[in-house]
Parts: sequence; structure tokens; C-alpha cells
Amino acid sequence: MSPHDVVISGIGLVSSLGEGPDAHWRKLVQPGLEPVIEAARFSPYTVHPLPEIDWNLQIAKRGDQRQMETWQRLGTYAAGMALDDAGIKGNDELCTTMDMVVAAGGGERDEAVDADILAASESRNDRDVLLNEKLTTELRPTLFLAQLSNLLAGNISIVHKVTGSSRTFMGEEGAGVAAVETAAARIRSGQSTHILVGGAFQTEHSDMLLGYELAGYLHRGPWRPVWQRQGLEGGGVVTGSGGAFLVLEQREHAISRGRKIYAELGPIISGRARRRQRELDAEIAALLRQAALPNGELLTISGASGAHAATAAEKSALDANPAIAARGFSTLTGHMKEAQFPFAVALAALAVERKAAYPAFDAATEKPFNGVPRTVLATAIGYHQFEGLALVNAA
Amino acid sequence: MANLNDHMGKPIVAVTGIGVVTSLGVGKADNWAALTAGKSGIHPITRFPVDHLNTRISGMVDFLPSSSKGASLLTYDLAEIAAQEAVAEAGLKSGDFGGPLFLASPPVELDWSERFSLYNSDKHDIGAERLLRVARGLKELDVFETTQFGSIADRLADRFGTRGLPITLSTACASGATSIQLGVEAIRRGECDRALSIGADGSATAEALIRFSLLSALSTHNDIPEKASKPFSKDRDGFVLAEGSGALVLESLEAALTRGATILGILRGCGEKADDFHRTRSKPDGSPAIAAVRAALADAGLGEDEIDYVNAHGTSTPENDKMEHLSLSTVFGERIGSMPISSNKSMIGHTLSAAGAVEAAFSLMTMRESVIPPTINYDNPDPAIVLDVVPNQKRNAEVGTVLSNSFGFGGQNTCLVMAREPV
Repeated sequence: MSPHDVVISGIGLVSSLGEGPDAHWRKLVQPGLEPVIEAARFSPYTVHPLPEIDWNLQIAKRGDQRQMETWQRLGTYAAGMALDDAGIKGNDELCTTMDMVVAAGGGERDEAVDADILAASESRNDRDVLLNEKLTTELRPTLFLAQLSNLLAGNISIVHKVTGSSRTFMGEEGAGVAAVETAAARIRSGQSTHILVGGAFQTEHSDMLLGYELAGYLHRGPWRPVWQRQGLEGGGVVTGSGGAFLVLEQREHAISRGRKIYAELGPIISGRARRRQRELDAEIAALLRQAALPNGELLTISGASGAHAATAAEKSALDANPAIAARGFSTLTGHMKEAQFPFAVALAALAVERKAAYPAFDAATEKPFNGVPRTVLATAIGYHQFEGLALVNAA
Repeated sequence: MANLNDHMGKPIVAVTGIGVVTSLGVGKADNWAALTAGKSGIHPITRFPVDHLNTRISGMVDFLPSSSKGASLLTYDLAEIAAQEAVAEAGLKSGDFGGPLFLASPPVELDWSERFSLYNSDKHDIGAERLLRVARGLKELDVFETTQFGSIADRLADRFGTRGLPITLSTACASGATSIQLGVEAIRRGECDRALSIGADGSATAEALIRFSLLSALSTHNDIPEKASKPFSKDRDGFVLAEGSGALVLESLEAALTRGATILGILRGCGEKADDFHRTRSKPDGSPAIAAVRAALADAGLGEDEIDYVNAHGTSTPENDKMEHLSLSTVFGERIGSMPISSNKSMIGHTLSAAGAVEAAFSLMTMRESVIPPTINYDNPDPAIVLDVVPNQKRNAEVGTVLSNSFGFGGQNTCLVMAREPV
């Protein structure tokens, strides 16, 4: 234990299961919990939809809410929850010195305008002119700001006054891994004392599904747990809307504020397998070796997406270590892309803090864990590229 | 033996390779010749029809084979060309860089040409449902990869043999500067001996242009394109959308000297401060920009009187130039009237995600060549902005230190301080 350790002192979570760390804990410890799924709206795809959210709870001004679409609202909301949880929200001194790394994709396009342009394109050969004609007249000017990747962080600054520094990393699950890794490195090196880090994903929009389906990644047909989609119709990914933000803090800083510490964030290991050259199996094994896993039973919060190749590789690497008891949370929340790794770390921290393991999320595939988890492994093996994992230790 | 650590005891970060592409050309030599001649790269848009558009000029890079192939492919090519120039200059093997990659690039979306082509390849269903139906039948990954935010960096990592998980980032118009800051920080933390920082932007599509137009951010001085970008002028009316790339090989001074590399300059300090005022406007008192400049000076261990030249953000929007003047005069006091401050954007336009990297490259060359590129089109000075903008003509000057500003939409402000010599 060192005063410069990185600790987790705040958690903000939203998924189809509800909002907040407590609500997630209460749900996730119920054996045989049924997922919340929406199978009709985007058929043949199933998604895990957002719960009912009262945005006013974290975004007080209606004007701010109107400037955002759901993705940015969701991220800003989850970020506010993490700040609240850490006792930082509304504290000017702490907010203006707080750093921030957000993992982001893009925001929502205007589906109606797009559909209108596509429909007109069937009878027009001058499609570039058509585009100018429609976009100049039909686009809502401020929608651009709701689409920009860095404007989730921008909105967090505006709504919650976090202004120490602001960086946005892009690149699916890897962005979430790099965001947590960079934030932790800043704290360990003394560059920062407290950082807000996380991401959000709003899947209930056709473009967000298209981002997977251009490579056939989405699972089709009836819902199945994340480990049981191999060989079924589609590509294995079932997505979910959600967000996860963490307040990472230097141990000394958190203690001096008298804050509750969920857990200590241990090593974070990231990598980039050249998957076309079949390096993924070896890469996951190498990451696990570098993590120097503790002896004994190891609870593992897996961010596996269900994507056939990546999930099979992860499963075989985890199965190869008999000490590992994996919990694939995408079974219950769906895949949340940029938010996947922060979400995994948050669930790991909760288990460590509550001194209890989650029951199997998929009793047919996942084995029981009977002990008290002192260290929990969190993983995010990208559905298409990039890999990362972290060890989360008792505070 | 040079001092290898900075005033905080961290490794000094040197630049050993520089690469750049803008509408003025490929490579440092062509760009520098044009830039110091006061030549503009702004020209009429030919990539797509301009019917219905209020702005019909840009600083697009139209001379690459990928210039007409969509934002993702062009951004990759811009990044690759600049990085290749930088890596070659550093004398490193281009397939085995041996350090991490930090890429500033624009957010990606499925290009309209692909949307049209997917949509019109089927007749069933309408709108998004049809796109999804066609998408799941695709046999190739090419289109998919243009929609993945990590794909450009993934390809660059393959191409240059960078180490580990590459970071793709966006801090809007400050992105290029942030990519350099991330590299500097990684070296200072001792995580690596060298890093490849790239800012690249090939995203000047019709939709991007229209989006900025709808926010009233762009110049509409279409008649004489090369005159449209006029930072700090009274009649400035917006920025000119542009493309380009800049790449730096960053290296700990110790590692660079050990392998006998030529030191092209020093990345002395980085500073940032986010703005919480508004999504497109900065705080009226300029306090976030002021704090970013001061943080960069403090990080560099330099006082206000130790900056020789400012490479301005200087976008040519009414708002930015006013705010930049306010913040610089607050930090530098009366001295501001006699400090040279010029805007590369007067010639190359605003290269968005690339701007911070492109302008860092030009800042380093300013010091090496002892020539300050001018702010062109300075015919109507704004009386409210009294600055020595190095008007219209280059100036020969010894420049030992440069401050380069980058202020972004969404309130992300990043400043870099560079020096010619390690001391």
C-alpha cells in the first residue's frame, strides 16, 4: 500500500438494469437474474434498452439537456453520478482541478433526414447535389455539437464544471482501456490527484447498430447468454445502452478528504494483437501473464462482447486457468462499446468492496465462486480490435 | 554533456523527426517554401459540387490519390505520409518504430458515397432497415473499417511497427497539440524512450462543411479564395475548412543523443485547461485560455518574458481572434505589442484535428530556419487587436522559444512551448 496508489472513490453506472452502483449490485447478486431485453424495435436484433431516467437529477438545466442527444446526456448523467458518489460534485475547488479522460464514439445522426436523403437518392443521379440541397435545409445546426466525440467531455465540463483537463479517446473498447490506463498512469506519476474517467454508449439508434453490422457482428434470432452464441445466426454481439464513469484518486488525496474507497486499481495491461495474423490467442495469454495474477480462485469480470472469434479466444484463455471464475456481464447488460472496460472495472470494484462475488450470470457456462474476492480481474477483449485487462484489489 | 532532465527532474523531450502535409504540398521543403513566401493554399472546392453552399472554398488536400476516396482513407494517407517523413528524418526503421502511437484524427462516420451505394444495392425495406439488411450481407471489411474509430491508428501501428495499444484522440481543434502532449507525458513518465505523435485530418466532406456553415463558423469570402483567411483583420468572417497532417518523432533527449540523432528542437512544456462556458463560445474573460498558456509556461519552466514568438491559433473567426488577443495580452502584458505573433492558418486554413501538430511542425521550423512565416491578408487591421502579426511578409529573426496555441470547440484548450536548444 502506498500513498500514491490509484484508488476508486466514485462510481456512476447506468444500464438496462438500472442506475447507480447500489442498484446494480442488488440486481447482479440475484441468482438467475433475467436480462431486460428489447427484441422487437430493432428486429432481427435484440438490444438491452436504457431504463427510465430522470435527466434532471444530474443535468439541472433544460437548456443543457436540449443541446445534447441521448448519448451525451447518458454520459453526462453517469459522470455526474460518479462525481456525486465521490463527494466531488458541486465542489468548485475539486472540480476545477480535476482531470478527465472520456472514451467516446460518435453521437446520433438525424435518422429522419438521412432516410429522406436515401429515399430521394433512388430517383436522382446527381446525388452530391441532392446531399447539399437536403443537408443545408434540413439539418438542425446544433445537432453537429451533439454528434462530436469530444463534446461529451465538453458537456461534462459545462454541466459539472470539471475543467482541470479534458481529453477524449476514440476507438471502441480500446478507447476505454486506454482512458483508464492513462488516467491511472497520471495519478501514479503524480501528474494528477483525481480524475474522472469513463464512457457511454447509446445503442438504440440504427447507426450505432450499423457500426457493428457492416462486418456482420450482431447476433440475430432469440437472445442467448454471451458465452452461448457461437455458431448461431449472426455474429454474436448483443448491444446495450449504458454508461460507466469512475473517479480515480490518489490514495492519499482520497483519505485526506475522508472518502470511502471502493478498491485499489492495480496494473492495467493493454495490447494490440494483429488479429489477421492470428495473434489474438497468444496476445490474451501474454496479457494474463503480464498481469501476474494472484494465487487462488480469481473472480473475473469479463467484458466479452459475444463476437464469435474474440469471445471464443477469450473463453479458451480463461478456461485454461482453472482458478478463474468468469462473469460475462454482457449477458445482462449487452455490449456497451467504449464504456465496456470502465463498466468491467466498476463491477470488479463493487465485488471487492462488498467482499462477495457475483453468482453466475449464465449458470450453464460459468462456475461458482465461493470465497471472498480480494483481487478481481476485469477484461475487455475488443470485438474487432484492441485488448486490455486490469486487476482491482481490496482497498 | 547536456543536462538530460528538465526543471522538474523529468526527462527532457526532444524532437528528432518532423513531417507535414497541407494544401501547400507534401513535405517540409515545399510547405516551408510556400509558407515563407506568403503563399495561400486556399482554393475553390472541386471535390464535390458546391450548389446550395454558402462557402465554396477550402484548403483541402486535393493532390493525393486518396483525396476523392473518403475521409477515412484520406486521413490515413495524410497521417502515413507525414509520419513517414518524420520517421525517416529521425533515422529510424519505418517498420519497427519501437514506441507508442498517439493519433489525433477526426471522428469517423460512414461516408455518404457508401451510404448511397449500400442503399441503392437493394430494394427491400426503407431507410436504416435497408442499410442494416445490406450491411449484414457484405463480404469485405473495407466499408466497416471506415466506421471504426480505432482503425486508422491500427493500420498506422502495423505500418510503422509502433508498440502497444495505439491511442486515437479528439480534443477538437486542439487534437494535434494533445497528441504531442500525450507523447511528451509518456516519455516523461518513463514509459517509453520515444513516441510517434500525429495529427491528421482529411474529413472536409460536404457534410462537414455544411455542419460548420450552419454554425456560422466559416468564411464566405468565396470570390478571392486566397484572401479569405485573414486572422486578426477587421473584416475577418470565419475560418477556412482545410485538411493536412503533421507528425513528430518525440524522443527523450538522452535516448536521442545516445543513438546520435539530430536534435531538431525541444518540447519544453504543455498546458491545458478546459472551458465550462459554452459549446462553441469561450468564456468572455478568456480565463481558460489564459490558464492554458500559463500552465504551458509553468510546465516549460519559462517566464512570460522568455517566449520569443507565438504561433497563434489565429483561426480568423471574429470570436477566436478577439479572445486569443485578450488572453495573450493578459499573460504577456505590455510586451504583447512587440512580440511577433503569426497565424499559419492565414495560408493553410484550419486543419482541425491536425492543426496543433501541423503548427508545432512549423513552429519548430521557425526556430531552425530563423524565419517567421507571416500572417497574410493583413490589409485591414482590427483596431481592437493590437498585435505584431508579422504582416504579409516573412521576417528573419532569431527565435529560441515558441508558444503554440490550440483552442477547441467544446472548450478544450492546449498550449505547447517549444525551444530550439535543450537548456
